[in-house]
Amino acid sequence: MEVKTVINERPFERKRMFGKIDIRAYTMIGALIAIWIFFGLLNDTFLSARNLSNLFTQMSVTAILAIGMVLVIVAGHIDLSVGSIVGLTGGLAAILSNWLGLPTSVVIIGTLAAGALIGVVQGWLVAYRAIPAFIVTLGGMMVFRGALMGITKSTTIPISDANFIALGSAYFTNSFGLILAAVAIAALVISTIKKRKSRERYGFRVAPLSLDVAKVMLVSALIVVFVLTMNSYKGIPFPIIFVIGLALIFSFIANKTTFGRHVYAIGGNSEAARLSGIRIQRHTMVLFLFTGLLSAIAALVLTARLSSATISAGQMYELDAIAACVIGGTSLMGGSGTIMGAIIGAMVMTSLDNGMSLLGMETFWQYIVKGSILVLAVWIDIASRKKQAH
Amino acid sequence: MYALEMFEITKEFPGVKALDRVSFKVKKGEIHALCGENGAGKSTLMKVLSGLYPAGSYSGEIRIHGQTMRFRNIVDAEKAGIAIIHQELALVKEMTVGENLFLGREPKKFGVIQWDELYYEATRWLQKVGLNISPQTKIQSLGIGQQQLVEIAKALAKQANILILDEPTAALTESEVEILMSILEQLRNEGVACIYISHKMPEVFRLADSITVLRDGKSIATLSRKETNEDQIVSLMVGRELTERYPYVARKPKEVVLEVKNYSVWHKDKPVKVNDNVHLSVRKGEIIGIAGLMGAGRTELVMSLFGAYEGKAEGSVQINGKEVRIRSVQDAIRAGIALVTEDRKRLGLVLGMDVKTNTTLASLKEISKFGIINQNEELKWSQKYVDELKTKTSSIETPVGTLSGGNQQKVVLAKWLMAKPKILILDEPTRGIDVGAKYEIYHLMNKLAQEGVAIIMISSELPEILGMSDRILVMREGRIVREFTHDQATQENIMMAATGGK
Repeated sequence: MEVKTVINERPFERKRMFGKIDIRAYTMIGALIAIWIFFGLLNDTFLSARNLSNLFTQMSVTAILAIGMVLVIVAGHIDLSVGSIVGLTGGLAAILSNWLGLPTSVVIIGTLAAGALIGVVQGWLVAYRAIPAFIVTLGGMMVFRGALMGITKSTTIPISDANFIALGSAYFTNSFGLILAAVAIAALVISTIKKRKSRERYGFRVAPLSLDVAKVMLVSALIVVFVLTMNSYKGIPFPIIFVIGLALIFSFIANKTTFGRHVYAIGGNSEAARLSGIRIQRHTMVLFLFTGLLSAIAALVLTARLSSATISAGQMYELDAIAACVIGGTSLMGGSGTIMGAIIGAMVMTSLDNGMSLLGMETFWQYIVKGSILVLAVWIDIASRKKQAH
Repeated sequence: MYALEMFEITKEFPGVKALDRVSFKVKKGEIHALCGENGAGKSTLMKVLSGLYPAGSYSGEIRIHGQTMRFRNIVDAEKAGIAIIHQELALVKEMTVGENLFLGREPKKFGVIQWDELYYEATRWLQKVGLNISPQTKIQSLGIGQQQLVEIAKALAKQANILILDEPTAALTESEVEILMSILEQLRNEGVACIYISHKMPEVFRLADSITVLRDGKSIATLSRKETNEDQIVSLMVGRELTERYPYVARKPKEVVLEVKNYSVWHKDKPVKVNDNVHLSVRKGEIIGIAGLMGAGRTELVMSLFGAYEGKAEGSVQINGKEVRIRSVQDAIRAGIALVTEDRKRLGLVLGMDVKTNTTLASLKEISKFGIINQNEELKWSQKYVDELKTKTSSIETPVGTLSGGNQQKVVLAKWLMAKPKILILDEPTRGIDVGAKYEIYHLMNKLAQEGVAIIMISSELPEILGMSDRILVMREGRIVREFTHDQATQENIMMAATGGK
């Protein structure tokens, strides 16, 4: 009997370990690679360094918005206003920079403060006044678009501040890119070693050394390939650093902090969360503060990249962000979703856009394909969850 | 002539025999009370009768007016003249009284609703139950008592001649109860058979012609009211032999930890008190049991003490002799109170999250610095509780939704043990869990009491209350009506107090 249980345990343990690495994440990455190969075969330029660099720059705005959106959706809410916040704060940045001639740092701080303030107001209405987030942010979507038209007098405001423009269109020099890669790899190695040591100190089983080494090597290789590819064109585009930085920060918040844990608990079962002493209202408000702030960051990147603010800037971006989250495995029922998933989702959306444009497909096809992919992704997700349940 | 005869009804759920060869007969023009503890099988029997459990899912025979019936669904039962009025009223609040009376069977001509006819008919049925209101009134503007009468009118409008009332007076004021009773007496004279489910002995004895007692899924006895009395009914309700052993240990409780005085709680949206002038105290290292029937206000009381009930509360709460004001769950946790809620799936756990994260959910602060969780500490603590409580799980990273009821309950307990409470409140801690896990929980309670935790346990299982508590408080209609010591208490005197017998 004793022997039997031991034998039974082994395969189970192994399965769990692979299960933990998350099959869903791998299918998403697999789908992304498939899309890249597909477009690469049909069009020579798709996988060129120049196009990949463009693709990453293109996806940065959607990705930044999706980072905030994930947490809001995980908590069981939605934010439909992010596109309009991008427009409004972008317009504000242009006014501060062009009309008032303020230095770049003041423009940045002012824009971020405005985004955060908008987020807090919406968050307060959702959390403390119990108005459904759908309504508050739908209202916000119209109000902020209107406000943008008002403050810009419906004109396009060009940006002339070169520092500002650099935020969206500059590249890191090749050597700086290599230093960055080295730092990232070093950080990866150190954190892996630290984690192993700490687990050992607590007497927990550590993963086999070979597995950790393989993991570190794979990720390092990806970093090196990425940097070399970018360097072979003009270097790492500035906006992508924002995306990577924010993704790391928010992944940390989601996975390692009490705040993040509470957000997942609220989305998973808000009653149980409340009865465990979690401050649901305050957390909800902070989430909207985050989406406001991230929208302002996205606005800076977008305005800088286009070197002007227009009244249509950011239109429909909320839907791209939501689609990125959903394709990345975030459940609209709340309680589950990851930042990395959303980033991959944003990459899938942008790759489709970019690839189809390169192939010269007409715009109407692009909409149809993107919409269909969205529904298909959720369909597959729901079907696979059902299978798991049986 | 019997209006309804049920023979040898047996209904099994996986692992439980909810009804075991129950026989039940109701005469025409009779009010027949159905009595039993929570979980005795009353509701299951009525669900069989009303077609909610279709023929074939149980064994036995149902006869209506002497004819054997096989109900495939509720509609079949309604056609046979059976109408059930549930405790939670099933009326559409936004619609008018008339619309509700004829919901789903509106008088139509070529698919067009004949509103004049509908409201004319509605007025007739309302008069029958003594309701003098316009059928165009919206349901939401009526009181609970009036809504109940609308439900009865609705049943009568369906030509029901067998009426089932499940705890009809639970939410009514005294004058409303009077009205309801006189209507029922009038219906009896018209030949309607009423099945009256109630916990309240005075009502049962005032109204019923016959009384059937169910216990543990069996029909124990059917008696005529004239031949019996409250004592006999109560002892039949609880009369099981106490064969199970409980690991009770005599304790010497120390100083008072929690003292509640003049505590009243208001309903969250109605101007009624769900708890009225409650006094209670718990000592360090003491287990007190709160007994009572469903709807006695036990859960509301502890939820309110825990800062989680939405209704307003007034009165004094002292912890270790110091007055405290608990406005939120955070306040309660800080004051050293923990509450293991009644419904673990809905209120206790985040089912999609794993054992580890559920365990630490209420005490993340203890294992984090500057809001950053020390994940190794988290692993350590949750593993510790899995080991201590012998939770059966393949790993601490298994989603709790996949665990069995007993093991889920252990995760909830672990969550609150980790919060290091001075006062641990357990609301139906062993409901729906297997015997082995039950005993582990009893032993855990003893151990915690030994360590000086003050424990309040709500339970509807009398043997459990009797077997585990140092003191027993009995609640009825929002009040604590009796208090017994461990030695004084018996099933009979608790049930007598809980049902409002003399």
